[in-house]
Amino acid sequence: MPTGYIEIDPELCKDCKLCMSVCPHHLIESSERLNEKGYRPASFIENHLKRDERKCTGCALCAISCPEVAIEVYRA
Amino acid sequence: MPKVLMRGNHIIGEAAVRAGCRYYFGYPITPQNELAEYMAERLSKTEGGVFIQAESEVAAINMVIGASMAGGRAMTSSSSPGISLKQEGISFLSALELPAVIVNMTRGGPGLGNIAPAQSDYFQATRGGGHGDYRNIVLAPSSGQELANLTFEAFDLADRYRTPVMVLGDGMLGQMMEPVEFQAEVPLKKLPAKDWALTGAKGRPSRFIRSLLLDPVEEEEHNWKLMRKYEKIAKEETRWETFLIEDARMVVVAFGTAARIAKGAIKRVREQGLKVGLIRPISLWPFPFKAIRDIAKRARHFFVFEMNMGQMVEDVKLALEGGGDVYFYGRPGGIIVAPMELSRVITNQYYQKRLL
Amino acid sequence: MKKVFSRPKSLKKASFHYCPGCGHSLIHRLIAEVIDEMNLQERTIGVPPAGCAVLAYNYLDIDMGEAAHGRAAAVATGLKRVLPDRVVFTYQGDGDIAAIGTAETIHAAARGEKFTTIFVNNGVYGMTGGQMAPTTILGQHTTTSPGGRNEKRDGYPIRLSEMVAIAEGSVYIERTAVNSPAHILKTKRAIAKAFQVQLEGRGFSLVEVLSPCPTNWKMSPERSWKWIDEVMTVHFPLGVIKDTTKEKKDDH
Repeated sequence: MPTGYIEIDPELCKDCKLCMSVCPHHLIESSERLNEKGYRPASFIENHLKRDERKCTGCALCAISCPEVAIEVYRA
Repeated sequence: MPKVLMRGNHIIGEAAVRAGCRYYFGYPITPQNELAEYMAERLSKTEGGVFIQAESEVAAINMVIGASMAGGRAMTSSSSPGISLKQEGISFLSALELPAVIVNMTRGGPGLGNIAPAQSDYFQATRGGGHGDYRNIVLAPSSGQELANLTFEAFDLADRYRTPVMVLGDGMLGQMMEPVEFQAEVPLKKLPAKDWALTGAKGRPSRFIRSLLLDPVEEEEHNWKLMRKYEKIAKEETRWETFLIEDARMVVVAFGTAARIAKGAIKRVREQGLKVGLIRPISLWPFPFKAIRDIAKRARHFFVFEMNMGQMVEDVKLALEGGGDVYFYGRPGGIIVAPMELSRVITNQYYQKRLL
Repeated sequence: MKKVFSRPKSLKKASFHYCPGCGHSLIHRLIAEVIDEMNLQERTIGVPPAGCAVLAYNYLDIDMGEAAHGRAAAVATGLKRVLPDRVVFTYQGDGDIAAIGTAETIHAAARGEKFTTIFVNNGVYGMTGGQMAPTTILGQHTTTSPGGRNEKRDGYPIRLSEMVAIAEGSVYIERTAVNSPAHILKTKRAIAKAFQVQLEGRGFSLVEVLSPCPTNWKMSPERSWKWIDEVMTVHFPLGVIKDTTKEKKDDH
């Protein structure tokens, strides 16, 4: 069972929500805080979870869809 | 190299190739078609030569931009209406600081006009013609030999200053056949390297060539940079010729074909004892303001003769700043004044001004 | 854990000035990925358009030379004729290529100029505030087609890729989109193929990419992705429009 992990750079994000629309497991949400540009950046909800708790598979659909190249994807 | 008898338009082509021009982009328009045809033939027989008959004069000037960006010596040519089409491209060449040679064999205008020779593109050539604050070097040959020399030099000037250079001829110069001696062909590897060209970022950081400067502070500084360049060019590259000027009481000012006609007229009136001379600007930009001012210290009557409705005459008046008397005689639309006719007008004016 | 997705090397670290959800950002990244994967960074020269992507040189870490609006195909012709062994591409919007630049594009294709054109089709003039473009669809609202594009008043949209395909010098033309991960990956493959066509010296190649402009379409980025599928692809069908690479031999 492949496991994955993503890192989103909040300062690059413009809250277009495209990553959220493609994630098969709905693991990305807009965060509460504002970034420097005034957007509420996308945030990975499994940030704090341990490897075997995460649903993220590292499919990278989010990163492929992100116009800002704000997402890096890791896969085991 | 022995002298050959050649048509003006062909002379330009031969001189260009000898100066290292390997890229020519043009479009048919009378009276310069022979130049495009010559380049098609000559470049097909020259290693690395590229000739494209573009889809328009607009496309041609933009191909020159691309070739120049890549570091090549590129040329385009046209005649009056086609040069109007190229103005955006010329403004871009100036702003991008790219070398290029543009040849205009002026015809009667405005509009579609006719195919007879004229000098009515002086303003267009020397006042920029396109948008923005820039100046182009403008060279005005008046003989077959000068077509060869000035075209050859235009490429060096363009590279040296990273600026477009216009060779401003007319329909008559293009068609005339005269004996000419060419300079030896320059080997391409002897040409100075261009460390700013777009060649692919191999072994160096990538670079870009652009004229968009959204910050007015940057754009202003870029304009001043260009201005400093133009001041340098004005200092080093102003050219003119004088003829029978030493004892002249009236000085004719004319360029190109008009200057040839003027020389003929001056020889005639000299036979009648009139002391008339000529100053012939060879660089229309930078214009020989100082040379004219210096002449005005001895002779205050100027007779400007142009094949247009009065364009260079404004620069003569600017040069004199009121310190001289300027009379203008011009015939637009492609009329070629015979020396006889001009000599009568000069004589008339000489008497009117009581110079006898 | 292995990093499987990150910023391509040929994409500078600058933050894009493009709007949220703009297709330019995606397409720039795809070009950079292709340049990296095909090892072309040192031999590629790009020509950006007038339009939102005029500042492409701030993002793509390759040599780039500005062209006036519509003239990229002529500038690219000059560049490629002087440096035939470099990869030259133009990057143009719908106004740049199909309004003011139509002549240059068709003639470059007719001459078989060996460069690649990446045509970003978002059906509007974005930079200048959302005016009608040659590819604006009938009924589409723009600032210069109030009430929607009307064929009597505004004429019909242009299918530029199909027009260019008629030119014999064009070798590979494909229309793709960037409105889903699958389409985005297909766009990347099309760009790579176009560059390969150029490397093999076969002729003119063009990739038309249907791209969202959420701001001027007045939609959310997600809605704009749907609009491309539901409306744009009906008028601009996706797929390979021309591919003569199997028929034609190299002729250098």
